[in-house]
Amino acid sequence: MKLLLTLTSALTALIGSRSALAEYTLNMTQGTTEISKDIYGLHMMAFWVCVVIGLVVFGAMFYSIIAHRKSKGAKAAHFHESTAVEFIWTGIPILILIAMAIPASKTLIDVEILEKADMTVKVTGMQWKWQYDYPEEGISFVSNLSQSSRDVINASPEEREAVNENEDTYLLSVDNRVVLPVDTTIRFLITSSDVIHNWWIPSFALKQDANPGFINDAWARPTQIGTFRGQCAELCGKDHGFMPIVVDVVSKEDYAAWVASKQAEKVAEAASATMAWTEADLLARGEEIYNANCSGCHQKDGSGIPGVFPAMKGSEVTNGPAEYQLDLVINGKGGMPAFKMLSDTDIASVITYERRSFGNNGSVVQPSDVTSVR
Amino acid sequence: MSATATAAAHDDHHHGPEKGLLRWVKTTNHKDIGSLYMWFAFIMLLVGGVLALGIRTELLQPGLQLFEPQVFNQLTTMHGLIMVFGAIMPAFVGLANWLIPMMVGAPDMALPRMNNWSFWILPFAGGILISTFFMEGGAPAFGWTFYAPLSTSFAPDSTDFFIFAVHLLGFSSIMGAINIIATVLNMRAPEMRLMDMPLFVWTWLITSFLLIGAMPVLAGAVTMMLTDRNFGTAFFDAAGGGDPVMFQHIFWFFGHPEVYIMILPAFGIISHIIPTFARKPLFGYSSMVYATASIAFLSYIVWAHHMFLTGMPVAGELYFMYATMLIAVPTGVKVFNWVATMWKGSMTFETPMLWALSFVFLFTIGGFSGLMLGIAPADIQYHDTYFVVAHFHYVLVTGALWAIIAAVFYWLPKWTGRMYNETLAKIHFWWALIAVNITFFPQHFLGLAGMPRRIPDYALQFSDFNYVSSIGSFAFGLSFILLTYIIVDCIRNGKPAETRPWGSAKGLEWTLASPAPYHSFDLPPTRAEILAESQHS
Repeated sequence: MKLLLTLTSALTALIGSRSALAEYTLNMTQGTTEISKDIYGLHMMAFWVCVVIGLVVFGAMFYSIIAHRKSKGAKAAHFHESTAVEFIWTGIPILILIAMAIPASKTLIDVEILEKADMTVKVTGMQWKWQYDYPEEGISFVSNLSQSSRDVINASPEEREAVNENEDTYLLSVDNRVVLPVDTTIRFLITSSDVIHNWWIPSFALKQDANPGFINDAWARPTQIGTFRGQCAELCGKDHGFMPIVVDVVSKEDYAAWVASKQAEKVAEAASATMAWTEADLLARGEEIYNANCSGCHQKDGSGIPGVFPAMKGSEVTNGPAEYQLDLVINGKGGMPAFKMLSDTDIASVITYERRSFGNNGSVVQPSDVTSVR
Repeated sequence: MSATATAAAHDDHHHGPEKGLLRWVKTTNHKDIGSLYMWFAFIMLLVGGVLALGIRTELLQPGLQLFEPQVFNQLTTMHGLIMVFGAIMPAFVGLANWLIPMMVGAPDMALPRMNNWSFWILPFAGGILISTFFMEGGAPAFGWTFYAPLSTSFAPDSTDFFIFAVHLLGFSSIMGAINIIATVLNMRAPEMRLMDMPLFVWTWLITSFLLIGAMPVLAGAVTMMLTDRNFGTAFFDAAGGGDPVMFQHIFWFFGHPEVYIMILPAFGIISHIIPTFARKPLFGYSSMVYATASIAFLSYIVWAHHMFLTGMPVAGELYFMYATMLIAVPTGVKVFNWVATMWKGSMTFETPMLWALSFVFLFTIGGFSGLMLGIAPADIQYHDTYFVVAHFHYVLVTGALWAIIAAVFYWLPKWTGRMYNETLAKIHFWWALIAVNITFFPQHFLGLAGMPRRIPDYALQFSDFNYVSSIGSFAFGLSFILLTYIIVDCIRNGKPAETRPWGSAKGLEWTLASPAPYHSFDLPPTRAEILAESQHS
């Protein structure tokens, strides 16, 4: 009984306290590409066809419910068969369906068949983040749920208001955004390194499964500058709800500038890997990388989840020889994904963080150690 | 057969049920087993419902309040599995057990001992499934569709128990299906032709063939999972030459017939109730039979409409889109026939009729969203969102479950020999009807606005409708307390029911006393009796 009371009061508290919320919408987005507008058109066509059929069928049903009721003295007729009527209501739906199938087929073919793309972006889903590669530009980065969202996931509504999390982008913001040029036909090569994910941007009407070991392709031609948000749309494990997608569509000039800055970053990163880092610097950088990439499974305090994700705290791996841990992080093993896309400095920092935090007493790992193992 | 031989053969039939609890363990009687199935399904419905309330409570507010994401995924997975395999399917098998022998003029099911076994496997399968919650690593958390490789290389250890449970459930379903086919084809009154059979019998006969076709495919899928997980095969692992998409083809080759397994018997039930309370014969009996058979056939050739985004070739997508849209035709025929049955009838609105009418309305809404989902390019936006969640809850809750509840109220007087409380039952109906729509209708909006399914937390523009949906689900959950009371009250204190509590109802089961005798028909009904009670006259 006491349990019941506690449950009831907890529930009442939950129902009662509601924070200010973002605007809701009722209908599908029209999106910003030609395809997304075509799809919106199909959706509305199908919707209105259903409304009209519904009005006729439900109209007849409610008419007889009201008019042909016994309490109004209705006497039952005895007809119970009519081949002609059966033919009519088999034939008319077939005609309606054909009328719907024609534009649907046209749009489907447009979605699936791309003659020529201006550029290519490779999207790789992994538990629970996205990696983006621009093969022609030599750019590669990983995109995680932003720290600002992570911080308030477990907060109560009051705490949430206190930290003033940006309302529009809760769970829809990332640390590294995809940047794409406007009015450019982009081919996306979509794959996964572990389970099936699905890369979805509603505004582009682009949603494609990311299958491990296979590459799917999809395309979009953004026509509008702006920021577009989406989410993983295939259950991919624990943090399926926490791997958003953010795309910045920018002018072609801004895109060129972004590419140049990313390439310069890469050069600087490579240079940083050759120097010796202090433990404090490695720890500071390692913590950030750990929280973004590792804490989802191994937990923020390194305790893991028994039976599913091994603990970092007091583990033989983090306190033993560094070579084994390096191999584990770079190449993965079983459920542990490979992190070879991280830079040498990032890998050295995160391993050092794992070996020197949570009460562990492993050795410090330098970026040069990573370089030599690769 | 001489008169004395008949009398001698019947002597040992008339002893009635055994006393005590062992009666239920050892029973081979179709009514006892039917009741066992129904109570098991009802308990599983409550368990699955509690899990659903857990899901909705977590989704009441943005943020994580009650459950870790992994636990949330366990809840959605087990909710789906328990409702599909534990509640809806056993409930329909229970109805088949109770009703088919009475409807075809048979004394009992054709294979009574197998009948006992096919029920008693279920509690063990259900128990194994539920026990995974208490294992290290938790219950299966990969969704009721258990897509590989999330369910193979990346799944908790308890997955092997899940696989075993699915095998057991499959055995049970296949045995149930064989029994129904054998009963309908061999135990039917000699004077009853196939086209004299009531529609519930017809739909279950066709459903049984779907079960026999589909369940072994599911068994194959979980066996491949088992060997992938434990014996080093790579059916679904690209690194070993396998293909995770192949899992989905196999799963949905089972899964699509499965959804019709859960709705065809419902069509049968509705085709009994509407003519009774419209006081008019069912319109288009034979077209109903043909439509059922067409739906069953089509259900085998549309599976990949669940997989439009897996990277299928465009020709495949076009084919599966056309085939899927085609299902709307026979389904439409059924709805039109029901409306035509009501047309110019003399309708009254007792509780079973209220459930049946709201079934027609709400199932059709689920059918409309199904048609929209079938349009492949539009499915790009709908796929794996709450629009899909809304769709299949309209067809499974206000479709399958609605028909089951309608059937319970309709045949309860025949089963128990007592009437339920009509006023309370009507209050319960309106309560459940309003609550279920508050729960599931806003989920259409959530899906269109872009909320993915199976997420424990959501962006803030989804807050309002999630809140509404959760409140609705609490009210819907509470309504089952009242339902339990109404049924128990009927069994214990109900007023005695007449042989024909619904004066206008047709069917051989209404020629039996209320409650129905332990063995339904000692002598097969005559041709004249069969024709007088058939649905097509």
